[in-house]
Amino acid sequence: MVDRNPVSGPGPTRATSVKHVRDEVHEAQVIPLRSAGSQRRRPAADVVAPRRDAAVVDMPGSAGVPGQRPSSEPTSGLDAGHEDLVPDAVAKALEFLRGRLTGEYDVDEFGFDPELTDTVLLPALRVLFEKWFRVEVHGAENLPIGGGGLVVCNHSGTIPLDALMTMVAVHDSHPKQRHLRLLGADLVFRLPFVGMFARRTGHTLACHPDAERLLRGGELVGVFPEGYKGIGKPFSARYKLQRFGRGGFISAALRTGVPIIPCAIIGAEEIYPKLGDIKPLARLLGLPYFPVTPFFPLLGPLGAVPLPTKWHIEFGEPVRTDVEEGDAWDDPMHVLSLTDRVRESMQQLLYERLAQRGGVFRD
Amino acid sequence: MPSNIVLVTGVSGELGGKLLARLGNNPDFERVIGVDTSPPPKRVIARMGNAEFVRADIRNPLIAKIISSSKVDTVVHAATTAHPPGPARRSPVKEMNVMGTMRLLAACQRSPLVRKLVVKSTAAVYGAGARSPAVFTEDSPLMPVSPRGFASDAVEMEGYVRGLQRRRPDITVTVARFTSMVGPEVDTVTTRYFALPVVPTVLGYDARMQLVHSSDALSVLELATLRDRPGVFNVGGDGVLALSQAVRMAGRVELPVPMAALPSVSRLLRGAKLVDFSYDQLKLLNFGRVVDAGLLKREFGYTPRWSAREAFEDYVQGRALRPVIDGRSLSALLRKLALPTTNEHVPPQ
Repeated sequence: MVDRNPVSGPGPTRATSVKHVRDEVHEAQVIPLRSAGSQRRRPAADVVAPRRDAAVVDMPGSAGVPGQRPSSEPTSGLDAGHEDLVPDAVAKALEFLRGRLTGEYDVDEFGFDPELTDTVLLPALRVLFEKWFRVEVHGAENLPIGGGGLVVCNHSGTIPLDALMTMVAVHDSHPKQRHLRLLGADLVFRLPFVGMFARRTGHTLACHPDAERLLRGGELVGVFPEGYKGIGKPFSARYKLQRFGRGGFISAALRTGVPIIPCAIIGAEEIYPKLGDIKPLARLLGLPYFPVTPFFPLLGPLGAVPLPTKWHIEFGEPVRTDVEEGDAWDDPMHVLSLTDRVRESMQQLLYERLAQRGGVFRD
Repeated sequence: MPSNIVLVTGVSGELGGKLLARLGNNPDFERVIGVDTSPPPKRVIARMGNAEFVRADIRNPLIAKIISSSKVDTVVHAATTAHPPGPARRSPVKEMNVMGTMRLLAACQRSPLVRKLVVKSTAAVYGAGARSPAVFTEDSPLMPVSPRGFASDAVEMEGYVRGLQRRRPDITVTVARFTSMVGPEVDTVTTRYFALPVVPTVLGYDARMQLVHSSDALSVLELATLRDRPGVFNVGGDGVLALSQAVRMAGRVELPVPMAALPSVSRLLRGAKLVDFSYDQLKLLNFGRVVDAGLLKREFGYTPRWSAREAFEDYVQGRALRPVIDGRSLSALLRKLALPTTNEHVPPQ
């Protein structure tokens, strides 16, 4: 019956080939300029045009670029001869900008943009990670090298900075630099900019279909089963694991047979000591709570600066789920007992790490 | 048993007209009948081969007579408009979508000769929102964004189709849920949107867009007519584009508008007869929608030939959209500015 199908029309090749031709035209414009510049090197003083250009450099996008020039190391064969002319960092930044301006980058079905995450967003978070919270990561060898895995963490800190720091921790301490795909509440995706940022960095809504799709795709998925109860808990309840949700994340892991890695985050609980909650204001703004800390809202925006506590992120022994019988996920008793087991081991990790800790702010 | 006498509805529309021309040129069919309230475009009539056009309204009881008297065995229902490209009044479209489908399906149920029904539906039936999963599969719940939009018509229509399936289990029913369609020649709300020089987007959101090329959409409807492929299938190309990415690929100027102000912008565009933004469409721009087209590949047996990116590039080039902001020359300019030493070939003035 296939021959009855006169599927005609131009295939994708046409569009792409045209694009390639346009690319080549561009390369052809750029490369000779560079080699011409190196051959006939003139003192810049007697050339008017470059100076005029140099004055215009002070534009967004290119503004930060000249500062990076001294740290140049030629890597590509193309630039090997002109290391002083085309520093690697600048070339990379330009290549990145070019991709951004022409839309030549890939996002996955969740909206994850690995290029943007690695070049812009992770380095920005890394400053907070290394300089402000001085995060120490323990037990990174418990993370699976390849394939799916479910990282279950405690949630705290009024603002989900713990989620962002865990993302950096997994990426930087994993030998393969894997990205942790977090599952967030729908509030995250409803908020402008926050939702966009979350999608760009690869996070998605905490729901069964998305969790299973990620796990089946062999991704490392992070969940915070305490949800709002955990992140919005008062300062007095710090390091006390709240009730886990319905154990949906456990059944997702059981269905897909991926290991569950308990994770304890120490230090995030003290960044915004939540003393009170202005409920009417929270209702008005559509938020789950409106926190009152010793400094917020008293000091205004200054009060929104997190306290520079010393953080530890510890990944515990993985719990295997692929050893269970066929439809263990369908047995609520089994799911609940496994949930309790994971919760116990997380609480254990928290207490052990807390006992070793010198002080809240001390390294 | 292969189809013999085919009836196609909505042939004055983009997809329906092309399908009529495709089927009309296929010698295996005894008769191909296209019906609609207005005749198909001239270019379709010129190419439709053996196909016939009958001016009939599917909301009229006459349609039952056509089906039974011409011994139709396969009905392709392509008359539903989920997203009219231009300004359209709500009630006639709803009338056509819902009442027309009811009449047509009633006629199919009555005629014992009808063996196959192919329905063009839309992925908008899944809705779009902060609470939606990132990727919809065929068994995701159907939650249209608003109870009055075109998407809810499609949900209602699919309900009637399921009713027919229950009452006439001998009919092979294929429902294809299409994502946003683009192509060099088609006129859809998406193609009109990206043809605007200044594209309004939702401030602080970047929707994920899945596209299907019009030739893939046509092939799916055609294959469903030719073969027996019962079931509901999502139809979308591989890959996803971010809305901002698509805007840059087309060289448009992005105009982020706060969500609260967007309805007035859409009214303005509607008033200027440029593009019709329904509430469904606004939500799509806000959150985006991605469907899993795996079932189409595995069970239906069709792999879309165009990925989202290729389809979009083909649309941009086929329409000869002149970029308002040319990302390529802009980045070349940046390169020149950042690396002034490479500019030395410029003669001193």
